[in-house]
Amino acid sequence: MISLKGFLRRFFSDPVAIGAGLVLLVLVLMAVLAPFLAPQNPYDLMQLDIMDSEMPPSWKPGGDPRFWLGTDAQGRGVFSTIMYGTGISLVIGIGAVIVQAVLGVTLGLIAGYKGGWLDSFLMRLADIQLSLSTLMMAIIALALFQAAFDANIYADYAIIMLIMVIGIAEWPKFARTVRSSVLGERKKEYVDAARVIGLPPRKIMWGHILPNTLTPVLVISTIQVAEAIMIEASLSFLGLGMPVDRPSLGSLIRSGFEFIFSGSWWITLYPAIVLVALILALNLLGDWLRDVLNPKLRRGED
Amino acid sequence: MTTGPIVETKGLEVRFPLPTHFLSRQKPVLHALNGVDIAISPGETFCVVGESGCGKTTLGRAIMGLLEPSAGEILFRGQRIDGMDETTRKPIRRDMQMVFQNPYASLNPRRNVFETLAEPVRHLMPEKSPAELRRQVEEVLAATGCDPSWQRRLPHEFSGGQRQRIAIARALVTNPAFIVADEPISALDVSIQAQILNLLTDLQGERGLTYLFITHDLSVVEHFGTRVAVMYLGAVMELAPAETIFDTPKHPYTRLLLDAIPKLRGGSFDKPRTPGELPDPVNPPPGCPFAPRCPMAEDLCRRDRPRLRELPDGTHAACHFAE
Amino acid sequence: MPMLEVQDLHVAFPQGRKSEVEALRGVDLTLEKGERLGVVGESGAGKSMLAFAILNLIAEPGRVSRGRIMFHGQNLLDLSERDIRAVRGNRISMIFQDPMVTLNPVLSIGTQMMETLRAHRRISGAEARRLCIAKLREVAIPSPESRLDAYPHELSGGLRQRVVIAIALLTDPELIIADEPTTALDVTIQAEIMALILKLCRENDVALILITHDLGVVAEATERLMIMYAGKCVETGATGAIINAPHHPYSAGLLRALPQNAARGTRLYQIPGSMPPITALPAGCAYHPRCARATALCKAEIPPLQNGAACFHPLTAPEEVP
Repeated sequence: MISLKGFLRRFFSDPVAIGAGLVLLVLVLMAVLAPFLAPQNPYDLMQLDIMDSEMPPSWKPGGDPRFWLGTDAQGRGVFSTIMYGTGISLVIGIGAVIVQAVLGVTLGLIAGYKGGWLDSFLMRLADIQLSLSTLMMAIIALALFQAAFDANIYADYAIIMLIMVIGIAEWPKFARTVRSSVLGERKKEYVDAARVIGLPPRKIMWGHILPNTLTPVLVISTIQVAEAIMIEASLSFLGLGMPVDRPSLGSLIRSGFEFIFSGSWWITLYPAIVLVALILALNLLGDWLRDVLNPKLRRGED
Repeated sequence: MTTGPIVETKGLEVRFPLPTHFLSRQKPVLHALNGVDIAISPGETFCVVGESGCGKTTLGRAIMGLLEPSAGEILFRGQRIDGMDETTRKPIRRDMQMVFQNPYASLNPRRNVFETLAEPVRHLMPEKSPAELRRQVEEVLAATGCDPSWQRRLPHEFSGGQRQRIAIARALVTNPAFIVADEPISALDVSIQAQILNLLTDLQGERGLTYLFITHDLSVVEHFGTRVAVMYLGAVMELAPAETIFDTPKHPYTRLLLDAIPKLRGGSFDKPRTPGELPDPVNPPPGCPFAPRCPMAEDLCRRDRPRLRELPDGTHAACHFAE
Repeated sequence: MPMLEVQDLHVAFPQGRKSEVEALRGVDLTLEKGERLGVVGESGAGKSMLAFAILNLIAEPGRVSRGRIMFHGQNLLDLSERDIRAVRGNRISMIFQDPMVTLNPVLSIGTQMMETLRAHRRISGAEARRLCIAKLREVAIPSPESRLDAYPHELSGGLRQRVVIAIALLTDPELIIADEPTTALDVTIQAEIMALILKLCRENDVALILITHDLGVVAEATERLMIMYAGKCVETGATGAIINAPHHPYSAGLLRALPQNAARGTRLYQIPGSMPPITALPAGCAYHPRCARATALCKAEIPPLQNGAACFHPLTAPEEVP
């Protein structure tokens, strides 16, 4: 195990980790503080003026100092929409991973500890689900949902729907990771020691085994957030994700896409850069965490 | 309390079905224990020795309820405990505890020493108040030579010997009468082994503990044991007081084992030896399990399995020719 | 000139950015052709490190920071990686505790043996096969022809270790370094394997460095003994002499702590405390905090190895209490 002090020392001695951490910190702060920092509220129709639409970034000829990165077709400042959109993307990404983790950790723990037919059943279920593409399942679910309800209801529940769909589609990754580390932990003598005092399986699973399987969970969580944000962006790009009036990074890219050929490249480019930066930072941090927390790769530390 | 044995097994069998292909007709079964009858008296150190795969660990785990016996009975103070439901068994668990081989795996790496020691008390003695619990933990730490300041620290901060002391403290915290110690010193360094053995001896003197001591190290048994059961392929081959078994071993397997211990003086690896390894436990030979390696085996041995019988000097041996 | 002569060997590992800790702190040893030396110590004493250092196999970031390893008058530390490979696994072979470290689980035994052989000898495939079968027969493996096609997991622990010994002997080495070769085995199998190693060493006049924690094994197998503590040799001499009359208090304590040396039912002699980690060695003699004979001198200075023991106050009579 690695102490908090050792963990921080490792973090601050690795330029890649510091860089990725900084990018992530800036983006998260930007999203959280959007209501206070953003020059305008893109959701407030009163603040929008159709006359402001498709303005280039402020340093370009025809740019307006109010809109640093220009505006989109509805006259919303690109910078402001990115700030709000990053927040929506992060909420969906983190929310979906929480759903994945709760489902996956619970099922993986039960499968690994109980074994037998229950294990086989859950793992086959996971196999089947992994063999279907997440994107495909999400498209079907969301298309049905969109068809069944009218646009206003859809707009209100889109975030929750996306979280649930991406969360349910991706639980097998957590379940498999947790199950394989439970299989390793279950054989250890501290579990026998807990059984000797007659502790019920429920307490052994949650109290003893689970805390010792959290390291890999932490690692995949980071990478899965990036994955969920990507899926959400893809869905939004296909028109199945967040509606245009509450845009995530994906819907922003989509809404600007049709204007690229008319010369308004900034509507798509800037959200795309932010999306790439966000996903890259999360993946780099995930890889770094895996290297640091994996005792097999670590030598002479602690 | 009765004066009878504290722990007894009658015809204890443990079989493990081996994993097979789901279409295969054969259902191979590993006989880990093949009819074991032992009776452990209060206050003694009952040692079980044998090579890996002989079933000694399975015996300890079956007695502690970590494995379900396939046949036979396990009794604690005359009361049958195998297959007992958890509510009835709970008060008995206080009296039976276990120390494991590997002190690096037997302590949960994410729990500090206090939490590790408090758990058995909280679960098995819920009537204790937090103050009593704290006192009990401190008491047992002192008794096992642990510093009270260790309580808030995590297992990885300790050496192997220190961890094994903590593991012993955990086994003792509910004040048990009977302890299964499964190779408690074999993962430790030589100079630490002596410390832990002495601790176990001292604790036995102070608390009148009964040990079931499982080990492969015969020199430890000679020093430490009251009675010894030598196991081979899931069965007891010889059962005798420790002095007797080392001075006059009756079973040829016991003699083979004793011969194989490296001696500090006068020993030599160059002595001629009967070669051989454990027969396949899935398809054990029909007669005496030791017959394929035994220098005195005859047709009778390959045909009939000898039962454990009492010899004139009180030793029990499972051999047609022991006397 | 002795076959192997290790002089003042130091192995250091970096600790933090600037400082280093020493896992070996100046070890000397000599070995003649056909001689058998036991190296005994507790885990962390540096005995395996010594074996790795001799073979120039210290893993990064560790390094040999001082000393010489003379093999037939040539310093192994001066050799290039290519030249050392002509020595390692050829003129000096190793046997490790866990056969699965040496054996590759996905290759058949025959493939692995022939690979080893043909890495060091220019011979035909048929000739290599014949030699491998001969070696397997030499280590008493039944039906060696069919075993060549077996995979390591198909063999029992004892048979696997025999295969490792056969591989170690393939190139007719002059020295075998065996690091806890029988620790993972049962006593009866241990006796067979040790008998085999000894027989083969004697027949081929091969020298042996036997690294173990088991004094009984060393007593039966070796002529000379070296006892290590915290990266240093604390006592060296004829095996029987040390076992009967140790001079260093640590050796004496180790021997007295063995159950074989105590009367039945009595408490065992115990050395208090435990060996300090190499990162936290005390000043002076590393053993002084555990030693009953320690004086102010022991706390201040590191005792040199004199008359076989690195101690300022060696025991002179075997019955003296350390």
